Amino acid sequence: MNLVVDGIHYRYPSGTSALEDVSLQASAGESVAVVGQNGAGKTTFAKHLNGLLKPTRGSVRAGDWDTRRHSPAQMSARVGMVFQNPGDQLFARTVWEEVAFGPRNQHLGKDAITERVESSLEAVGLLAVREGHPYDLATPQRKLVALAATLAMATPILVLDEPSLGQDTEGVSLLGALIDGLVAEGRLVLTITHDLDFALEHCPRAILMAEGRVLADGKSAEILSQSKLLSSADLEPPVLLQLAAGLEMPARIRRISEFVAAYAERPPQV
Amino acid sequence: MIEVRDLTYSYPGTAAPALRAVNLSIPRGQVVGIVGANGAGKSTLCYALTGYVPHFFAGSMSGTVRVDGRDIGKVPLGQLAAEIGLVFHNPFNQISGARLTVLEEVAFGLENMGVERGAMLPRALTALQATGLEHLTERSPYSLSGGEQQRLAIAAILAMEPSVMVMDEPTSQLDPVGTREVFAVLRDLARSRRATVVVAEHKLGWLAAFSDRLIGIHNGEIVADGTPQEVFSSERIDEWRLGQPLVTKVGRAVEVAEGRPRTGLLPVTVEQALDALS
Repeated sequence: MNLVVDGIHYRYPSGTSALEDVSLQASAGESVAVVGQNGAGKTTFAKHLNGLLKPTRGSVRAGDWDTRRHSPAQMSARVGMVFQNPGDQLFARTVWEEVAFGPRNQHLGKDAITERVESSLEAVGLLAVREGHPYDLATPQRKLVALAATLAMATPILVLDEPSLGQDTEGVSLLGALIDGLVAEGRLVLTITHDLDFALEHCPRAILMAEGRVLADGKSAEILSQSKLLSSADLEPPVLLQLAAGLEMPARIRRISEFVAAYAERPPQV
Repeated sequence: MIEVRDLTYSYPGTAAPALRAVNLSIPRGQVVGIVGANGAGKSTLCYALTGYVPHFFAGSMSGTVRVDGRDIGKVPLGQLAAEIGLVFHNPFNQISGARLTVLEEVAFGLENMGVERGAMLPRALTALQATGLEHLTERSPYSLSGGEQQRLAIAAILAMEPSVMVMDEPTSQLDPVGTREVFAVLRDLARSRRATVVVAEHKLGWLAAFSDRLIGIHNGEIVADGTPQEVFSSERIDEWRLGQPLVTKVGRAVEVAEGRPRTGLLPVTVEQALDALS
């Protein structure tokens, strides 16, 4: 399913302008990073994608549904959203019930609900704590419960707001592999993050935001290697691209394995 | 100076200790990073170094934690607050809710310490400046973004000028600029005020760049203790689940690809990696 954001502007009720003429077209099977520093407007942008916020001007469409004509509850069947703070979306008494809430509201049969909940919890590695209370879990695990609850909705579009925050190395790897898998299945995944190492590895396309505007939109290896452009948004290139630049290697590298291969092919140094 | 001797601690109602036979000595003026997987015991160690274990969390504890010679297990938490600061990983757990503005929130601890009115304002403003919040002094703490609240929690502790600062994932919600600023403030505290600074974090690249020393914790035990290069170069790093900065993984991957034996120390910063790979 395609996502089309057409020239949206947004002003908070206080009059503060948060988004200025933001556009994006993305298709099924794409993994897109939305990067920028704190306060760049990334989360405000994300909240437009499932209709939680309505643009002051412009439009947002998931497939043929426009957020101005469909409620956030309706949009949630197409655009799944995982918030940065899991406290914003967890309310059930057990992990299982939390994850089952969405599929139940989609009026699925009992077996289908069970299958969805199990596979979602398995994907985030939390099947073993399914009878536990979400608030008995540590914050990073609670974030994974919120992610599982969204996965269980099986939406064609997923928006993840700072998914790697607070996760340890293993948690970050799990999330990366999960995003890669969802994209391979043909979902459209937007990852909002200021972890540029994560964005480079798992999102072939990046959108750079600063002060409510889009500064750049294109291949992440290209955008994230431009240190001048990034510094205008108070960011630094990801580690792999800093190394590539420092060693005068091609900057089309997104993974350690690609770095190692390109490093081996460097012309002999004098 | 922090001295931990034979510390073993279990939370109430749990069988397995969260900390096991921990021995540790941290002199003044050091920035010490704590690394480990989620659930390894990083937060519990932070609580034990600041007296929250056992005073607040109860449970069963053996061994001692001494700060500048005082056994903090025997001193009430309120008396420790002026000298030992703890920044929680979730700022919601720390912001008092009793004050209406950011400035008042930062001054709250100083009021409780009985600091004179004339001295309070400059101390609060200095802390707000150091954390980049000076333009938000009149805002409600609850109207701030997650990252700003995290800076506020740090500012409130900074203002109290404790000799020991312990921080549990203080930059988890901050972008790279905010993270760099916080680490720079911590290093300055350690250098200029000879404070003891302990930081538990998952941002391993930043820890490697700013810490004098790293402590690795696994299943409640201290498994590694050394410079960032020593700890992240350990052959047992995967077994201990400590993780490695991306540059260190790159350094190791190049070694493996070139069929070279393991070198003593792997790079932990971009500068070190460029030196090693040039």
